[in-house]
Amino acid sequence: MNFDMPNFLPAMPEMFVLGMTSLILIIDLFLNERTRVVSYLLAQATLVGAFILSLSLYSGNAELSFSDTFVLDPMAGVLKMAVYATVFMVFLYSHSYLRERGLFRGEFFVLALFGVLGMMVLISAHSFLTIYLGLELMSLALYAMVAMQRDSRTASEAAMKYFILGAMASAMLLYGMSMLYGVTGTLELTELSRAVQQTQGDRLLLVFGLVFLLVGVAFKLGAVPFHMWVPDVYHGAPTAVTLFISTAPKLAGFAMLMRLMVDGLPGLQPQWHDILVLLAVLSIGVGNVVAIAQTNIKRMLAYSGISHAGFLLLGVLSGTPEGYAAGMFYAIVYTIMGLGGFGMVILMSRAGFEAEQLEDYKGLNQRSPWFALMMLFIMFSMAGVPPFIGFWAKLAVLQAVVSANLMWLAAVAVIFSVIGAFFYLRVIKLMYFDQAREQGSLKPGADLAVVLSANAIGILALGAFPGALMALCLQAMGA
Amino acid sequence: MLENYLPVLIFIAIGIAFGGFMILMGFLLGPRKPDSEKLSAYECGFEAFEDARMKFDVRYYLVAILFIIFDLEIAFLFPWAIVLRDIGMFGFMSMVLFLGILVIGFIYEWKKGALQWE
Amino acid sequence: MQTITLLIVLAPLLGALIAGLFGGTIGRGGAHTVTTVGVAIAFVLSALVFKQIAIDGAESFNHSVYIWLVSEGIRFEVGFLVDELTAMMMVVVTFVSLMVHIYTIGYMAHDEENWPEGSGAGINSYQRFFSYISLFTFSMLMLVMANNFMQLFFGWEAVGLVSYLLIGFWSVRETAVFANLKAFLVNRVGDFGFLLGIAAVLMHFNTLDYASVFNAVELQKDVTISIWPGSEWNIMTVIAILLFIGAMGKSAQVPLHVWLPDSMEGPTPISALIHAATMVTAGIFMVARMSPIYELSEVALAVVLTIGAITALFMGFLGLVQHDIKRVVAYSTLSQLGYMTVALGASAYAAGVFHLMTHAFFKALLFLAAGSVIIAMHHKQDMREMGGLRKYMPITWLTSLIGSLALIGAPGFSGFFSKDSIIEAVHHSTIPGSGFAYFAVLAGVFITALYSFRMYFLVFHGKERMDEHTRSHLHETPWVVTVPLILLAIPSIFIGGPYVGSMVFGDFFSEAITVAPAHDVLSQVGFTSAMGMIGHGFLTAPFWLAASGVFVAWFLYMRRTDLPAKIVALPVVKQIHWVLVNKYGFDDFNQAVFGGGSRNLGTGLWKVGDVALIDGLLVNGSARLVGMVSAVARHLQSGYLYHYAFAMILGLLALFGLFVVG
Repeated sequence: MNFDMPNFLPAMPEMFVLGMTSLILIIDLFLNERTRVVSYLLAQATLVGAFILSLSLYSGNAELSFSDTFVLDPMAGVLKMAVYATVFMVFLYSHSYLRERGLFRGEFFVLALFGVLGMMVLISAHSFLTIYLGLELMSLALYAMVAMQRDSRTASEAAMKYFILGAMASAMLLYGMSMLYGVTGTLELTELSRAVQQTQGDRLLLVFGLVFLLVGVAFKLGAVPFHMWVPDVYHGAPTAVTLFISTAPKLAGFAMLMRLMVDGLPGLQPQWHDILVLLAVLSIGVGNVVAIAQTNIKRMLAYSGISHAGFLLLGVLSGTPEGYAAGMFYAIVYTIMGLGGFGMVILMSRAGFEAEQLEDYKGLNQRSPWFALMMLFIMFSMAGVPPFIGFWAKLAVLQAVVSANLMWLAAVAVIFSVIGAFFYLRVIKLMYFDQAREQGSLKPGADLAVVLSANAIGILALGAFPGALMALCLQAMGA
Repeated sequence: MLENYLPVLIFIAIGIAFGGFMILMGFLLGPRKPDSEKLSAYECGFEAFEDARMKFDVRYYLVAILFIIFDLEIAFLFPWAIVLRDIGMFGFMSMVLFLGILVIGFIYEWKKGALQWE
Repeated sequence: MQTITLLIVLAPLLGALIAGLFGGTIGRGGAHTVTTVGVAIAFVLSALVFKQIAIDGAESFNHSVYIWLVSEGIRFEVGFLVDELTAMMMVVVTFVSLMVHIYTIGYMAHDEENWPEGSGAGINSYQRFFSYISLFTFSMLMLVMANNFMQLFFGWEAVGLVSYLLIGFWSVRETAVFANLKAFLVNRVGDFGFLLGIAAVLMHFNTLDYASVFNAVELQKDVTISIWPGSEWNIMTVIAILLFIGAMGKSAQVPLHVWLPDSMEGPTPISALIHAATMVTAGIFMVARMSPIYELSEVALAVVLTIGAITALFMGFLGLVQHDIKRVVAYSTLSQLGYMTVALGASAYAAGVFHLMTHAFFKALLFLAAGSVIIAMHHKQDMREMGGLRKYMPITWLTSLIGSLALIGAPGFSGFFSKDSIIEAVHHSTIPGSGFAYFAVLAGVFITALYSFRMYFLVFHGKERMDEHTRSHLHETPWVVTVPLILLAIPSIFIGGPYVGSMVFGDFFSEAITVAPAHDVLSQVGFTSAMGMIGHGFLTAPFWLAASGVFVAWFLYMRRTDLPAKIVALPVVKQIHWVLVNKYGFDDFNQAVFGGGSRNLGTGLWKVGDVALIDGLLVNGSARLVGMVSAVARHLQSGYLYHYAFAMILGLLALFGLFVVG
């Protein structure tokens, strides 16, 4: 450890977000119901500012700082920018939803921004210490956000479950880290990987620690069998919070996986490869199959998210830069689609009514052909139908898996995708071929309508031009 | 490396032994003449009204949490103060930043009324 | 250039989308304005491109505009290749399409009468029609402008789709639905071959790009593949024949021609646009485009030549016995497509493509004129109820005469130059089968003249055989109908002379079309000048054959109108006539063998395979299984926190068991 002045420049976005969030916390104290919109605008400005900072810091090479506990590399740059953009969209979606439910408070934005800060630290972490720090900062913000709707029994229950299970997962992660520290004597990832490579003979302790680490990561990503919290929390939390939980943290979870496995433990690749195969198969299988039995769309999307997490793991486990890029592509694409899916739930809901049941989507085409079409885009994309972006994401990870000579794994993934297509298509069937339960056309606010349309059309447009995003991911992974 | 912790282990062992010894001594040497008064929950004064596992006012928790935060702050300040000479400007500014964030939190809780009992 | 090509393609598409999606909002006027303007833009820009490429001699343009996906080094993309051949096709397509758009305004003006009272299908049919024809223009342009096989296939299928939609446009008529189903199924046969051809290209060249394929053909020309054990096929022959099967479907060559006459169930403007001028020539265009491949296989050329000759001659016969005015023109189209195919088979690609161009103008003209007659006759199409229309419809009469003269190849008219070039080229050809082909095209000239003028005399001259009500309402059609006729009549006369020198005998297509020196029949035809060709034309056999055909038609249908019935009653002729009326039995054969056979097969497979195996066992069985698993699995999600925590611990232990201990 040295205490020289470190290079602060790579951490500029983090410092900016921290400063702005503290500022919003203070300013919000002096606002009332009418002027609260200032917090909202400041939060959005924070994200925009951070985006600009990250963009201007973006370069092709990696830069270490803070005694090598912090790294800014292309992957971190791209993922951070994706996080800002995602959260920006989340705020846009949530604005009117929160207002209608009396949740439009400064704390929502402050917590979300602290969550963002946690994700940023996690994404840029280059030491067990910073990984844990970022993870906890993110998780604590998420727990609190789920519990924000204090008069809702389900939300409180969900928050409690999330907190306790999350704490367990953190404990396991921490235990795994301590094991690895005990064996290698370092927390810093580059040194760790060197130490692991040099370890001769028995690797039992290393694998022991690795399993614990992966439990922590799998919990965050919602991979089976550490997924139990996902449906309950997505379901119980206010939809705006679900929107947040289900999207941006996945990007951070992906980064965490990459940092721990690829940066830290490449020497254990054969072992974590096998574990990830198991987790991926279970996730894809359970996620797709159980989603079929759901009648609540938030739960259905939760299981869909579980299966998507499995696909994301497929990209990483192939162990090549192309595979990592495919995984990253998948993570980004999933957040875009998740935004659209839960955004649609928000759009359909109104004060005093949550459009959570699948039945609520019956006959949507009669009530609003346009939004039915948008939902069709989102569902098709999630199911992986070309030409939507979801297809390319699936294709990319499957290509990675095939090139890693895991043909059977690709086949399993495809079979379960086909099974999974059922519940996506069921939504479409409900929208287009069933009679609406309630009449009257859908009249969402102009902002919501525009955001959702842009989101869904973006899914289509990215599907038509997937090259740029893919190239970005490849570049970020140095492939 | 592990032998560095040996003193700690010895310390723990001595601590346990010493504590256990005291209790054991008291148990062995003390006179014991129990009667019903002596065995009641409170020897002096009232009968217990209700179960001890009662609902606490949530404000106790609030105060407890705030206490822990500032308690940790103190715990953090002591080692810092000792090595302040070695860690230089960076170490100093780090603590200032830490305190600054705590102050922001303090302002927040104050303004939110967390420090007012009523 | 890239912007211009994109605009050319997208303007009709935009028009089609607006008219199709918002037809109800913008109304009839809006729909026909927006589509016509879109096509007009495409036409003007195409003319500009033609001027740059063909006249100013600019470099041909070959660029991809959008890469859809790259897989294993194979690029799937959208790209444009604009050379002389494409530029010519673009002008023809957009010009005829524009004429048809204008014409349609008049032809479909009272379309609501064609739908039964209160039929929901008839709502906004006018707008829908315009949307379809604009969409067709877009698809056709995508086809001709493609620079790779994938886009070619896209255009190929897209024009097929629009053709299907338009043949069955009056979807409440049973015959129309039957006809469009037939067209679709027959084209499936052709497209299957086409797709196999493209697959063969992909397999052997590992690319779909035209230029890369054509650059590689020389190296691959001796490669053979074995289709079934013990047979060695030259890869070029296989590819060429498979692609030609596609062309046979689209360009209605025997035996895949059966759909085209029935396609006349569609409204007349699309008969002119799709089933005469443009879509059916796609096969011709494709073969000309693939000339580097065809040149390497004499077998394939012989197949092309023979099929074309059969089509040219035998489809012409059928025109003699038809009474429906549109069907006569349809069989004439078949026969003319046969001529073009013969030219391709004789390696006279330039002549074939030139005939394609002239034919597009005069055949569109004939169809539109027939449509004009049909409008005047209140949608009656039987020639036996017409006659003497000349004095009621002078413009239609004159333009029809021009069209017919061009069709039979009267010296000086556009059709003369193209058809004569083909005949001369076949004469010089040495490909196996060229002797038969020469005979077929010569005899075809006589037949063509006979049925064309039979129709002409029956419709415009002689006794007025229509009923009194119709006669009293006879008058010339409105200007939106006659103006396209006049505009099409002009190129029908004049397009031949000025271009024959450069396009057929010059080096106009030298970049786009490859001809092996041994096959170069066109250079053996002693061509001097267009005027010389006309002068020489009067002395050759085709002229006298055509003249005698006209004479016979005049004699039979003007002079001795009793004779045709008597001739048909003669013993041998009676049988031949029966064969002709039954169209050589193709339809009945297909109906019985393919239709019936596949229906029986289908029923069998449906009962055994579908209902029992797939539905019973696989689909419902697996769905039930998944449903059961799903229903059980959801109970694991009990909602109890300690269950969840327990599951996590179990998961952890399982991982330990598998990876640490095991």
